[in-house]
This record gives sequence, structure tokens and C-alpha cells, in this order.
Amino acid sequence: MSFTIPIGPYHPALEEPCKVQVICEGEIVQDVSLSVKYNFRGVEWLAERRNYHQAIALVERVCGICSNVHALTFCNALEGLAGLTVPERAQYIRTIMVELERLTSHALWAGIAAEVMGFQTLFMTCFAMREQLMDLLETISGNRIHYGMNCIGGVTRDLANPEAVRITVRRVRQTVTDQLIPLFTEDKTIHARCSGIGQMTKEQAVAWGAVGPTARASGLTEDIRQTSPYAAYNQLEFKVPVETSGDVFARVVVRLLEMVESCHIVEQALDQIPPGPIHHGPIFVEIPRGEAVARAEAPRGELFYYVSSDGTDIPCRVKIRTPSFVNLPTVRLMMLQANLADVPLINASIDPCYSCTSR
Amino acid sequence: MRLIKKLVSMARRRSPWLFHLNTGGCNGCDIEFSACLAPRYDVEQAGILLVGSPRHADILCVTGPVTRGTRAALETIYAQMPEPKVVVALGNCPATCDVFAGSPAIEGPLDRILPVDVYVPGCPPRPHDLIKGVAQAVAILADQQPRDRRIIEGVNQ
Ligand code: SF4
Repeated sequence: MSFTIPIGPYHPALEEPCKVQVICEGEIVQDVSLSVKYNFRGVEWLAERRNYHQAIALVERVCGICSNVHALTFCNALEGLAGLTVPERAQYIRTIMVELERLTSHALWAGIAAEVMGFQTLFMTCFAMREQLMDLLETISGNRIHYGMNCIGGVTRDLANPEAVRITVRRVRQTVTDQLIPLFTEDKTIHARCSGIGQMTKEQAVAWGAVGPTARASGLTEDIRQTSPYAAYNQLEFKVPVETSGDVFARVVVRLLEMVESCHIVEQALDQIPPGPIHHGPIFVEIPRGEAVARAEAPRGELFYYVSSDGTDIPCRVKIRTPSFVNLPTVRLMMLQANLADVPLINASIDPCYSCTSR
Repeated sequence: MRLIKKLVSMARRRSPWLFHLNTGGCNGCDIEFSACLAPRYDVEQAGILLVGSPRHADILCVTGPVTRGTRAALETIYAQMPEPKVVVALGNCPATCDVFAGSPAIEGPLDRILPVDVYVPGCPPRPHDLIKGVAQAVAILADQQPRDRRIIEGVNQ
């Protein structure tokens, strides 16, 4: 006798609207179906009716957690199309912004994961740390979310106070290494909740096309920052954390180590950042006829943009493929034969973003 | 009976219960909303409680531009809330649809669908503004003024 348990579209445990149907036999999950249509706003449709500068603001609002990387990738595609070279300093500022955003995103995820496990103190620690980063991002860009830092050919604001970045990043790194990593990896409760749950092998990760930390927790070493560097990543040294066990715990570890690496990248970028202009010149750039693609490593994995232009100031087609779109189906794989109580945790472990998936 | 009414009204003023509804925005406002519950802004110490069921809520906090997929749920949830109820539109999305205006997948802005009491502008609004908006909603709830549009003052975003 199997039961179908519908969760959502609005549920206290869900931050965003999403419908999960779990079919269980007793406590064991037999099948899962996910529906994420609720956030559909037609961003791609709108992008084809806005000019390039408006479209930057639009694609930034695809997602509130990884907004900067959307604008960055879109600008990268357009710069490729127009054949612009972005000044070095702008490339470094972009790198710093993207890494700070990765830190806030992972901090948010760690907080939510802790809450799903029922570990309120850890949730508070993560969010307190995140607030420091939000303050920093607000100091740099003027807004806590949607920084509006990217424009075609450079960035809109200079990094006025690099020392502030350095101080905050040092503090964040300390919190991560002294508090979060020991708590997440040594705590018995977390081990009991995470180890061996939501397994995905390397072969399955390849077959299902998983990306980002979800794939790296299953032993894949793919990271766009290394395989096809953008911004200033080719001049920076960093490691890509990989785990092989493929369970929820591995995903926790990968993200925590990534946070430490991000701090390291920001510090390096601050040391190496050259003086100079932050923008290549004229604000309004003519985009010639043609097509371009750009890829970037968003906090959740590979982000892909395709832009095609017919020479006017309005794009012909903008195609966005977000990391959550490819990661979400793997949830089904992980949940099969899992315990019903682990369903929210497995779902949270891939850090799904429904507003990215359904644009 | 009058005493009970008075007590309930006081309780409502001192401890408003919120229901938060994302009608398909970008998440930005929702994250700022959860940041309000985190240690720095900790609205729970002011008696503001986030509840899981609209049947227990006094204030409905709506984020997002109301997409086609969420409109029916929005209406059901609004109908499920007991009177008196106050609707707070968090962010530019429910107020004007923000950058998504003009999309065929959008049914908003929110005031086409529900009577809105408080608007909190910003994309996303800062947590201070969110709290201010909720405080204003509480004031409306307390003295049950007739519905009209109120925009919170002193916000310059
Ligand atoms: S108002 Fe801005 S931040 Fe808020 S949901 Fe809309 S687009 Fe996102």
C-alpha cells in the first residue's frame, strides 16, 4: 500500500513555491515528482524585448542569491560578441564580487541546511556571518542584493576601500574554519543526519548531468573557473575541493571548503589588483550581428548564456541554462529508497533555486 | 465580551503573526525577509512571529509580481486568513511588477488582485524598511483604520 504525500506549493519548510509529491511505502520513498512552474516570469521572453542595458538589470533578477553571476555571464557573452577587452582592474573587481557572492550564497545554504537538520544555533551562526558579508557588499555596491556592478565592458563602481574587504574576509574565514567546519564535520547529530544519505555515484552524476558542488561531491572535478577561466581566474591560484562519497555529508564538506577557497581567492585578488580604468570607454556599445555563449561557475554550478544579436540594440534571443535546472532531477535519484524524514534534507543538499530553474 | 475583544486587540498589536507568501519573485526579498528573523534584526524579540498557516495569521506579507502559477494560491490564502487582516507588499515586485512588467506570465501588480495596505519599496527593501513596513501594518491592525494606500515614509530607495 503506497501513499502519496503532496507538499506545497506553499509550505512552511519551503522558501519558494514548489510542489513535491512523494510516493512512499511506509517510511520508504518509492518515487518523487517535482513541479517548479510557480516562479515562471518569462525572463527570456522579456529579454528579447528590452535593450541590452535593460536586459542586464533583467537577467540580474533571475535569482536573488546569485544575481551578480547572471549579469557577469551575460556581459561576458556580449563582450565576446562585440570583441571588447575588459580592463584588468574591472576583471579583478568582477572576480571579487563573484566570490563574495559565492560566500553569501554558501552561508545562506549552510544556514538553511542547519535549520533543516534542526540545528538552530548553527543557523544563527551562519546568518550572523552572512550579515557581515551583506554589509560589505552593501558598502561596495550600494545594495544588499542585486548589486548592479556589471555593465558591458567593465564594472560600474570601483572598489573604494579594499581594506574593508580584507578585514571582513579575514573574519569570515575565521568563522568558517573555527566554527562552521568543526561543527559541521565533527558534530554527531550532523553525521547521523547526513552520512550515507542521498547517495549519488560518480557515474550517476555524469549520466544525470549534475554540475557544481553537487557533482564535485560525487568525485567530478569539473569547475568552470578552472576549465575555462573567465574574469581574472587565470591569474589566481586556487584548489577545487572534491569529495568522493557522494552523500549529503560530502556536499556539506565541499561547500564549506569552497568557502575557505573563496576567501583565499578574494585575498589574492586584493593583493594583485592593478590600478587603472574600470571600464573600457563608451557606455553604449554597438553589438554587432552574431551569436555568443558564455559560461561561469555560479555558486550552484555551471551557468550558461547564449545570446544572439541581429545588430540592433535588442537581443534576438537570450537563452539561460541555470545550474539548478540540471541539478534538480538528481533529487529524484537521491530520494529513491530514502527515508521520508530525509526528503527535505536531500532536497536542501543540492541547494535548489526554483526562481533560477523556472524563470 | 468587551474585555475579551480588548485583550485580543492588544495581543494583536503586541504580537502580530505573519504569513509570508512568495508569488514568484526572484528570491531577493524572501532572503531579506529571512534575514529579519536572523540574529541581527531578530524581529521575534519584538513579538513578530512567522507562522506556517494563513489561518493563524494577521498580516500577509507578499513578495513577487504574482505569476500565473501562484495567483490561485494567493487568492485562496487570502481568503483563508481571518479578519481583520492586513496586506503588506514587500518590494517593488508586488507594487509595480518591477522589471518583469509586461510579461504575459505575470498577473500582477498585487493591487489588481487584493487590497494592499502597506507598500515597502525597494528591490529588495532593506531589512529596516521591511520591519518598518510590518510595524505600520501592526498600527493599521491595531486601530483598524479604513483601507487606503499607505506608503511608508522616509524610504529613499
Ligand atoms: S522586488 Fe526585486 S528583489 Fe524583490 S522579488 Fe522583485 S526583483 Fe526580486
